[in-house]
Amino acid sequence: MAEAAPTGVLGVFAHVDTTIQAIRELRARGFKGVTAYTPLPLPEVEEALTGHGLPKSPVRLFTLVGALTGTASGFALTIWSSLKWNLVVGGKPVVSIPPFVVIAFELTILLGGLCTLLALFVLGRLPRLHGSPRYDPRFTADRFGVEVFCPPDQLRTAEEILRRAGAEEVRA
Amino acid sequence: MSLGEEHLPPGPRPSAPGPTFADVNRDVIRTLGTAGNLYFAWMSVVALLLALGILAWTEQIYYGIGMGGHRAPQQWATYIVNFVFWIGIGHAGTLISAILYLFRAKWRTSIYRGAEAMTVFAVLTAGLFPVIHIGRMWLPYWLIPYPSERFLWPAFRSPLLWDVFAISTYLTISVVFFIVGLIPDIAAVRDGTTGWRRRVYAVLAVGWQGTDRQWRHYRRAYGLFAALATPLVLSVHSVVSWDFAMALLPGWHSTLFAPFFVDGAIFSGFAMVLVLLLPMRYYFNLYPYITERQLDMMARLILTTSLVLTYFYTCEGFVSWYSGEPAERASYLFKWVGVYAPWWWLQIFCNSVVPLVFFWRRARIHVPTLYVVSLLVLVGMWLERFNIIVPGLGHGFYPWAFGVYLPSVTEVAILVGSFAWFFILFLAFIRVLPSVSIVEVKETIPHPVRAGHAQHG
Repeated sequence: MAEAAPTGVLGVFAHVDTTIQAIRELRARGFKGVTAYTPLPLPEVEEALTGHGLPKSPVRLFTLVGALTGTASGFALTIWSSLKWNLVVGGKPVVSIPPFVVIAFELTILLGGLCTLLALFVLGRLPRLHGSPRYDPRFTADRFGVEVFCPPDQLRTAEEILRRAGAEEVRA
Repeated sequence: MSLGEEHLPPGPRPSAPGPTFADVNRDVIRTLGTAGNLYFAWMSVVALLLALGILAWTEQIYYGIGMGGHRAPQQWATYIVNFVFWIGIGHAGTLISAILYLFRAKWRTSIYRGAEAMTVFAVLTAGLFPVIHIGRMWLPYWLIPYPSERFLWPAFRSPLLWDVFAISTYLTISVVFFIVGLIPDIAAVRDGTTGWRRRVYAVLAVGWQGTDRQWRHYRRAYGLFAALATPLVLSVHSVVSWDFAMALLPGWHSTLFAPFFVDGAIFSGFAMVLVLLLPMRYYFNLYPYITERQLDMMARLILTTSLVLTYFYTCEGFVSWYSGEPAERASYLFKWVGVYAPWWWLQIFCNSVVPLVFFWRRARIHVPTLYVVSLLVLVGMWLERFNIIVPGLGHGFYPWAFGVYLPSVTEVAILVGSFAWFFILFLAFIRVLPSVSIVEVKETIPHPVRAGHAQHG
């Protein structure tokens, strides 16, 4: 994430459309390290960034693996432990699949959910002890931020783009 | 697309001038300020009732399970009624936070947090009752599959064990869903407070800054949680119903039970949501967020689930007649005219007749009406669980094994204590965590744009 040059610049925006415009322009001018701060999830902002090759979130892979592990372990636990205590009750087969489906189903959801949580923390880099020092508390209220990481010689250009897009405030 | 979005009744809309983004933060963070005398008065009353419940349980632990009035044939009684009732209460919260999320019903955004908290606390309350009911409350770990030196494993063919898995999964997933929804809101609270509060919320916010990376994975994860919670919530009360339906007892052995229980659960849960949110809206002055539209939609859902429930009641009667089974017919008739008949008819009145008032729009947005109907629905749904379990067990196959049960003082005290436990958790919650979602409310109000005209997100 942090490249050779840790320099950057932050633009604070009051509007959604100006924020998106700034991101689009930065990406068009070849800036790679652009981070957006928004008080709510905005598909448009994501689109402006993913339009330039950011991959789709792989959270669902975690969920799938977790859910399948849950199904497998649900059946494994019930079948294995029934065979371990091989007692016929009420004339039913020792390995009776229909009731075991309930256990397997619940474990599918349980492990699927827990792996989704894991994915959120791993992929979202949480918990984060040291966030960006340029972070502004207003970004959880009513302001939007665009942070650009770039080599020092491009800082002026980035600042220029942010200002032109309509940033209220631009700071290093 | 969303439920009922097309058939908007006339009336005030959520946004006349409407709150702005900054208003949302201010209004929600304001609810976390220093509490007034009224709050502490409520807290004291609830704490006293909780102490009563704890005292009753302590007494039962000391003297034994006989302090509960249940004996043959009613070995399951008030504790199991409470268990089923409280699990049911939780269902409405998951319905609002997961199913209505998938339906993109925008009206749910301001009430889902409260409803979700209600789910978590209701499941925490319900979870106490199997432990209270087993008497030796220090042995519930026997239900968990763990390797022991005797190679003893739980009987996975028993519906009671399915329950263990269903309830613990439900609790875990509800808590996870609740916490994940809270993270960005806690970050907003962190940024809107100062001093020690700020430091506490900063830890709880796990470093959330609302970057595009965080939101990208968050949105995907949230959708997946909703997709996982939806089948889960439908399965949980189905599994609870199978505790009964898998038995051969007349009145219990029915394939109708799973949808019947799930519908009743959602019905009672919506009533509880209104019981909690109407006072909260008043004391926190949340009128711009919890508007008539929210009340209207909630009342419509109560009406719908009530009509479905009435259908199930009718089916129940029809099926026991159509089965041609004398024991089945006798068991059903016993509910109508037997010892418990007053409670049966009170249940029908509360669940099938009273909610019909919501056919009128005036009633759907009239706060006292909503409140009274909700309380009656809660009474009716508790009685429904009672009327399934107690008369069912009391009127089985053999006349010499018929019996009548009434709750003991200990059981009533523990029931009251369970309500106190639930309310104390909820009261604590509304003062320390944002009870209206800051993020989701913003999604439904106009986003700030420079162009000068409002744009809906």
